[in-house]
Amino acid sequence: METFLNRYRNITVLLLVIFAQLVLVAVQVRNDQDVRLVRIWTITAITPLARILETARSGTLGFVSDYVLMHDERQDNRRLQTELDRLKMENQFLKSEISTADRAKALLAFEARTPSKTIAARVIAAGAGADSKVVFLDRGSRSGVEKGMPVVTPDGIVGEVIAAYPTASEVMLVTDPEFAAGVVSQKNHVAGTLKGQGQANCKVDYVPNEEKVDIGEWFYTSGDDRIFPKGFPVGVVRVVRKGSPYQEILVEPTGMARGLEAVLIVVEGVHQEIPEAPPANAPVYIGTPPPAAPGTQPATESGIAGTAADRLIEKYREIGTVENHKYGEGGVGAKPPDFNIKLPAPGTQPPAGAAPNGAAKPPASVPPATKSNPPAAAPETPPAQPKTQPQDQ
Amino acid sequence: MTEYSDRFLVGSQREQVSRFRARVLLFVPLAAILFQVYVPRFFDFLGYLELPLLVTIYFALMRRSQIGGLFIGAFIGLAQDSLSIKQPLGMYGIVKTLVGYFAASVGMRIDVEHSFIRLLLIYFFYFFHQVMYWVMLRGLLGKQIGFDVKRTLIMGVLNAVVGVTLFHFLDKLREPT
Repeated sequence: METFLNRYRNITVLLLVIFAQLVLVAVQVRNDQDVRLVRIWTITAITPLARILETARSGTLGFVSDYVLMHDERQDNRRLQTELDRLKMENQFLKSEISTADRAKALLAFEARTPSKTIAARVIAAGAGADSKVVFLDRGSRSGVEKGMPVVTPDGIVGEVIAAYPTASEVMLVTDPEFAAGVVSQKNHVAGTLKGQGQANCKVDYVPNEEKVDIGEWFYTSGDDRIFPKGFPVGVVRVVRKGSPYQEILVEPTGMARGLEAVLIVVEGVHQEIPEAPPANAPVYIGTPPPAAPGTQPATESGIAGTAADRLIEKYREIGTVENHKYGEGGVGAKPPDFNIKLPAPGTQPPAGAAPNGAAKPPASVPPATKSNPPAAAPETPPAQPKTQPQDQ
Repeated sequence: MTEYSDRFLVGSQREQVSRFRARVLLFVPLAAILFQVYVPRFFDFLGYLELPLLVTIYFALMRRSQIGGLFIGAFIGLAQDSLSIKQPLGMYGIVKTLVGYFAASVGMRIDVEHSFIRLLLIYFFYFFHQVMYWVMLRGLLGKQIGFDVKRTLIMGVLNAVVGVTLFHFLDKLREPT
């Protein structure tokens, strides 16, 4: 160091003297803003150094801080991920609850609207088979559920109770291959038999080729099967093809369109008129039916008495008339009419007001081979016994 | 360069160093400054003479000491600054410090006894002095003034001529070796 100063002594002294005089000048001189030059120089000289020091300090401390924070960040990240998963599940659960509440609300509205007596039930399990179209409900025989009762939703029919246990009941869905029900089209009142196919769509069988069924048309229960009361929506026609000997009609069932969670078990069915307009949530537009010709009866009242089911209905109506019993009234466990009594000779017409509710009474005068009925010459068993139909074929 | 030649040069330089009495070193600069600030009041054309600069160059050249030269320049420059109210202290001080340092550096290496050398050195250092002062005016004080090169060159010649004469007179004030 000493050698260095000796070697550069002259230039060092020069720089010191120059620097001292520069400071002297800077102390005296002020800039335009009346700030002394020495202050400007000092700040200008100090600021970059301070900036460098600050950058180094913040960088170093920041790195250390970030390292420490990242150590904690991993735990926070794990905790937040867990919380996110929990919230996602909670969100899903709440969405499901809202959906369930909507369905329950619709179910309540439908229950209050329909004349049939129903009890609400929840689907608690599905069938064990891979292609099983069976579900279990949380209402059983203790709640008045019996085998053969229809199961519906506000959107349409769902299935039929095939077994009633004390606390639960087993329901065969409309899509089950063994399921069958009498149906009738809304527009032209073409009658047929709804059969499950094990797929999403069901088939409407026994509709002659000459009958007119349009795509988008609705099918309703006809009440012929003695299971489903007349007037419940079944589904929308998606495919119509000519076949031999009957048309091939595929219907998309609407009862399970919005999921199958809450249903109604019809414990006392009441027939209703088939509405002229499709349900409010119908996906297609269907025009109003043409006016009936003078002297002809409306299509809705076309006779369907030619089938075995129709005959059975007539018999039961007559029994009800004789015993002064109104179907659809009385609570669960009420005394049923005596179906074994002797009736008047065949051909005797029952009183007009004998039909339950007066809604589904088919006129006896209509011949069996009306356009709404399956052809009399059909080789198959008439579709009034739905559950046995597929087996017979 | 051999050890013998180094000794010869050092010995030669020591022999060429001029020595002045202290009162000469004090009085001559003060007289130059007094002349700078007083005489131009009566003889305006003499205001172009930079006697303090000429004195600085002379003592720096003849003393042949860089530290001595820069201190002489600093002293004369600060004194000149203190008498010029318009300029802050240090402006002439810095410039004359540099002139003193470089003049002493030159005096250590060449023979400055010759009049023509002196003329050239005075001319060069005058130009250097004026340029440095102009740079500091612009750089430190922010004064937007121009630099008249032609006038500076002419004044440099004038000061060089006067300086050679002055140096000849000041040589009389040296202590005899």
